Amino acid sequence: MKYFGFIWKNVWRKKIRTSLTILSVFVAFLLFALLSAIGYAFKSGVDVADAERLIVIDKITLINPLPMAYKNRIAATEGVHSVTHSSWFGGYYQDPRVQFPQFPTEPYEYFSMYPELKMPQEQLDGWARNRQGAVIGRELAEQYSLKVGDRIPIQATIWTKADGGRTWEFDIEGIFETEDPRGSTAFLLFQYDYFEEARAFGKGSVGWYILRVSPDSDPVQVGNAIDLQFANSPNETETSTEAAFSQSFARQFGNIALIVTLILGAVFFTLLLVSGNTMSQSVRERISELAVLKTLGFSDRLVLGTVLSESILIMLLGGLLGLGVGWLLVQGAAQAMGAFLPGIFLSSQAILTAIAVMIGAGIVAGIFPALQAMRLSIIDALARA
Amino acid sequence: MNTIKQIIAVTLLNLRNLPKRLGSSVVAVVGVGAVVLVFAAVLSMAAGLEKTMMATGSDDTAVIMRSGSTSELNSGLSNEQTLIVANAPGVLKDGDSAIMSAEFYVITDVKKRSSGTDANVPFRGVQQGAFAVRDNVRISEGRMFEPGKNEIVVGRAAQSEFVGLNVGETIRFGQTEWAIVGSFDAGGSVSESELWTDIRVLQSAYRRGNSFQSIRVKLESPESIETLRETLDADPRIDPDVMSERDYYSSQSQGLVQFIKLIGYPLTILMAVGAIFGALNSMYSSVSVRGKEIATLRALGFGPAAVLFSTVIESVLLALTGGVLGGLIAFAVFNGFQVSTLNGASFSQVVFNFAVTPELLIQGLKAALIIGVVGGLFPAVRAARLPVAQALREL
Repeated sequence: MKYFGFIWKNVWRKKIRTSLTILSVFVAFLLFALLSAIGYAFKSGVDVADAERLIVIDKITLINPLPMAYKNRIAATEGVHSVTHSSWFGGYYQDPRVQFPQFPTEPYEYFSMYPELKMPQEQLDGWARNRQGAVIGRELAEQYSLKVGDRIPIQATIWTKADGGRTWEFDIEGIFETEDPRGSTAFLLFQYDYFEEARAFGKGSVGWYILRVSPDSDPVQVGNAIDLQFANSPNETETSTEAAFSQSFARQFGNIALIVTLILGAVFFTLLLVSGNTMSQSVRERISELAVLKTLGFSDRLVLGTVLSESILIMLLGGLLGLGVGWLLVQGAAQAMGAFLPGIFLSSQAILTAIAVMIGAGIVAGIFPALQAMRLSIIDALARA
Repeated sequence: MNTIKQIIAVTLLNLRNLPKRLGSSVVAVVGVGAVVLVFAAVLSMAAGLEKTMMATGSDDTAVIMRSGSTSELNSGLSNEQTLIVANAPGVLKDGDSAIMSAEFYVITDVKKRSSGTDANVPFRGVQQGAFAVRDNVRISEGRMFEPGKNEIVVGRAAQSEFVGLNVGETIRFGQTEWAIVGSFDAGGSVSESELWTDIRVLQSAYRRGNSFQSIRVKLESPESIETLRETLDADPRIDPDVMSERDYYSSQSQGLVQFIKLIGYPLTILMAVGAIFGALNSMYSSVSVRGKEIATLRALGFGPAAVLFSTVIESVLLALTGGVLGGLIAFAVFNGFQVSTLNGASFSQVVFNFAVTPELLIQGLKAALIIGVVGGLFPAVRAARLPVAQALREL
């Protein structure tokens, strides 16, 4: 710390050059923050998943419905604590191009299955009492300025009503939030009873089952027991943990992760070149000064240390600034684009990675000039000057 | 005239001693190259996807679905309704029968080669007319499926992207086994991501009775879609959305294409800003290294304009070199790179190739030019303003 003032002075000896270098480091880490937050959205749900929750879907494909009759049989399976179900409604509100998910389900069962979702008890009771009631997440409520008591029409793209209509109207009975900052609340839940009664076709079926295993049983065994029960029936099932389910879904987006990595690679390569070049220039200009330092009795290691610290300091200055601004932007984007791309989140892991990269890049960029400075022979250097 | 001569002389001088400033010049070139590379790579995804979707859409083919359905998957039509469409005016006929194909698709899980995990692959049941309503589809290997049999023909893109779809293999979906008897080429369109079989077989395998999702008909002319739409709208037995195939596929790809652009453009702008800082840095250092040289030139009678322009020209040349290199690398590495992703609109995989188009390359070079001008201008102004006496004394 004794030498901090000295290093700080050296960093700013060429103000324009240092500012420009810091700015390019700033841009690089701003990009890093944004890209990793978007990358996170693509595997969104994987980290939020609860290990004790299992998802039961049709074995052939997720979009085949399962019979309602399976519910009691699943509930009776050993190791199953509780079960509920949900379905894909696939409607839109106002704009067909901006869709958020809607799920018909059972009010009390759903909220006890997802304890991380929080809603006042009286709103939950109100929803359970109103057959045409629905509840929405905070993100949706903010995006569309909706409040409890509003009546909203949802246009169905799949489920026409028995009377031929395609507009389903719901009363907003409650607004829920999630305790998990990574989870999305950009969806709407409504009563399965209303869905079942009013839809024109597909009666007696649900999209998928969600179950919680008892704390002392093995989720894998429970899953196998369920799948075995329905083997060789017309609707064979595939049970997986919520995490595995989310992950396999996220993988469908394909090489997004690869592309993000490629871009980050290009960015960092450039960044290293820019700052490495600045560092070696600044060392070259100071050769005579460094020789004087050594003459005064600065050890080789101390010279190495100061030059390397300069480089790391420049990286940290630009990097932390970029990360900070990136974090602010991500907060804003998560609010603005919640319904469009839910799960934008800058994880603490990404932040730690970024800081490690700053220090690493600082070392890589500074090491050659620093070594050069360390190996400097006093006589040669003074002669050259 | 004299000024121009001076600019040329100073620029040539600068370029000749570029090797002495190799380090910072290379940094500027690489920085700009990376911007153009990332720009072209990201947006070639959007371009490739659009190209695939556009290759599928034809103006003289109409797609008919139940009204309000945003994609085929959500739609439902009865057998009676297909007959109404077959007899409607505006539909091209071959003798007495309409050129049409009533179809539906389901989603099946097939493993992706790249990740080894399940992906939603569209499995489409088609009528015999499917090949006639799509002009670019033809069997490229093996043979056509036989009606009534559990036989599949697979799209060429699906074949290379997913596991176990070679001709001669069998694949199991649920309790049914299917023989893969052929593969087809569809001019790079979305159809190549699909598996096709006889619709009657698919209806019974998936217990869909006699229902369909969509009807494709060949139109007498692109304009006759209006006649068809009016006739069907007036018919109480059917409540359809009638779209040209081109409109349908462009609506299907809109979400994904916009998403890529929404990420791609801001990303490039940010990177370009970063590259401008890099270019500024290297040009400033070039000017400061050449301080005495510039001062000497000025003392010899070269004007400030010559110094200014020659510095900007040097910066632009460096940036353009970077831009060309970045563009070439993007073209070599990414053009034709095949990927598949989940298209939210159809909830199924679409296989497409990155397309590094000439327009993208030109846009990339324009960006490089801007970076070069901005990155050179400020250092150039400083160079031109350099007080001659003081700079010479610093020797």
